[in-house]
Amino acid sequence: MADRLTENDQPLLLAEGLGKNYGRLTACRDVSFALYPGEVLAVVGESGSGKSTLLQLLSAQLAPSAGRVSYRMRDGVLRDLASLGEAERRFLFRTDWGFVHQDPAQGLRMAVSAGANVGERLMAVGWNHYGRIREAASNWLDRVEIETSRIDDAPRTYSGGMRQRLQIARNLVTEPRLVFMDEPTGGLDVSVQARLLDLMRNLVSELGLAAIIVTHDLAVARLLSHRVMVMKGGQVIETGLTDQVLDDPREPYTQLLVSSILPP
Amino acid sequence: MNATAYNFAYLDEQTKRMIRRAILKAIAIPGYQVPFASREMPMPYGWGTGGVQVTAAILGPGDVLKVIDQGSDDTTNAISIRKFFARTAGVATTTSTGEATVIQTRHRIPEAPLHSGQVLVYQVPIPEPLRFLEPRETETRRMHALGEYGLMHVKLYEDIARFGHIATSYAYPVKVNARYVMDPSPTPKFDNPKMDDCPALQLFGAGREKRIYAIPPHTRVVSLDFEDHPFTRYRFDAPCALCGADDSYLDEIVTDDRGSRMFVCSDTDYCEGRQAAGHRGTESAAPHKESAHG
Repeated sequence: MADRLTENDQPLLLAEGLGKNYGRLTACRDVSFALYPGEVLAVVGESGSGKSTLLQLLSAQLAPSAGRVSYRMRDGVLRDLASLGEAERRFLFRTDWGFVHQDPAQGLRMAVSAGANVGERLMAVGWNHYGRIREAASNWLDRVEIETSRIDDAPRTYSGGMRQRLQIARNLVTEPRLVFMDEPTGGLDVSVQARLLDLMRNLVSELGLAAIIVTHDLAVARLLSHRVMVMKGGQVIETGLTDQVLDDPREPYTQLLVSSILPP
Repeated sequence: MNATAYNFAYLDEQTKRMIRRAILKAIAIPGYQVPFASREMPMPYGWGTGGVQVTAAILGPGDVLKVIDQGSDDTTNAISIRKFFARTAGVATTTSTGEATVIQTRHRIPEAPLHSGQVLVYQVPIPEPLRFLEPRETETRRMHALGEYGLMHVKLYEDIARFGHIATSYAYPVKVNARYVMDPSPTPKFDNPKMDDCPALQLFGAGREKRIYAIPPHTRVVSLDFEDHPFTRYRFDAPCALCGADDSYLDEIVTDDRGSRMFVCSDTDYCEGRQAAGHRGTESAAPHKESAHG
């Protein structure tokens, strides 16, 4: 019984007392939480509240000034990210993790075809059969609702929404267990946003992905996440289940945030 | 100008020591690009400043030098570099591949098999095979260090997606000693298999980019490919019009403005050697087809 529970009972990612200072400026202070497999956590807050810094700390792109981040590797061992070598960290980044940037140009190779963009991670882990790489790429394009006839077109020729979906396909092709998303719907118009959110919600539940989504858009948080963390001035001021935080905010700042949404 | 004013082989001894140290390091780590303090040479970048510096650093008074440009011993670049060393080092020069101890080359490996004791010096314009996919040098160095070469296959993937086959026909990436991915300089991929298990020492000098790399004798050199799109050599499907050779790499020569052309060996020494031995070609344009050779 205990054995059966361990898989999902143990946190996938563990942040303990995480902080980051830039000189005298504190970007992020004393953030602690645990993320469990299959769980979607939204980090909300206004610009400058430390959301993006936190995401970079969690994904080991920045070294924390205080505290630490641990991740449960595929072999079940919880390891401190700071203790991983650079090679291990980069390997983790292109296999077990995904990172969806707000600007798709940062996460995609704009000059190479969509197929190669999706296939790159597979080739990086040693796939060496053109036919199979192409088949996997074409399957993924289909899953993110991009016509497979556009597989040989460069993402330069894609619309903003398609680029974002391509970026998601590129990240998910190695079946990661954890995906970081930085404002994934930023800069898209509302109908495209809705379609993207719908797609992401399906993929997350189909694949059992854990995800950490940084957003300033409470609607995104409500649609995608199970839990919400509200940040202000680099600190987490409120955390809880999504509907609980958004429907019954406790902190004055969260109340302000929730009440700032314009009614449709 | 008075030739005696030059130090032996043009470069001063300190510079030669510096280059030799880089060469030794390059030999110790096959395929790894070693930075070196490339000097100004009395020729423009792109004309073989890297190759000339490597040659100058390894040349001894007893060496016999051969210089080829696109396989040919008698083009401007080849002749002027050969003369340069004849004058500044006084070494013997030759056009014979077999007799040479040091061969400086641009874009070809001689057809005649190299033997141990020979050194092949390549002139390299762009040493970084990942350059056009990843422009950041800091990032490509890290990728080499960590052996992350997925990106190299992205280039080959793009070729197949666009042209139906691997269309890269020169500067075809190779993996050296199962570790570093290396740009074999713009030699045609026809020459790639000659690099594998070669008894001669192969040195690569990039003057503008300030890099030296090497393949020690008898090192494994594998051309990258896909399981379902294996590496193939390429040559025009015609015999040499002058010597009739059907196994050498050919140059296409346009002979008039009505589409006539002839194919001749790009390696002039090889072609002349065969003609001297009595081999004859058609000496006119044969009907030809283009195809890949295994």
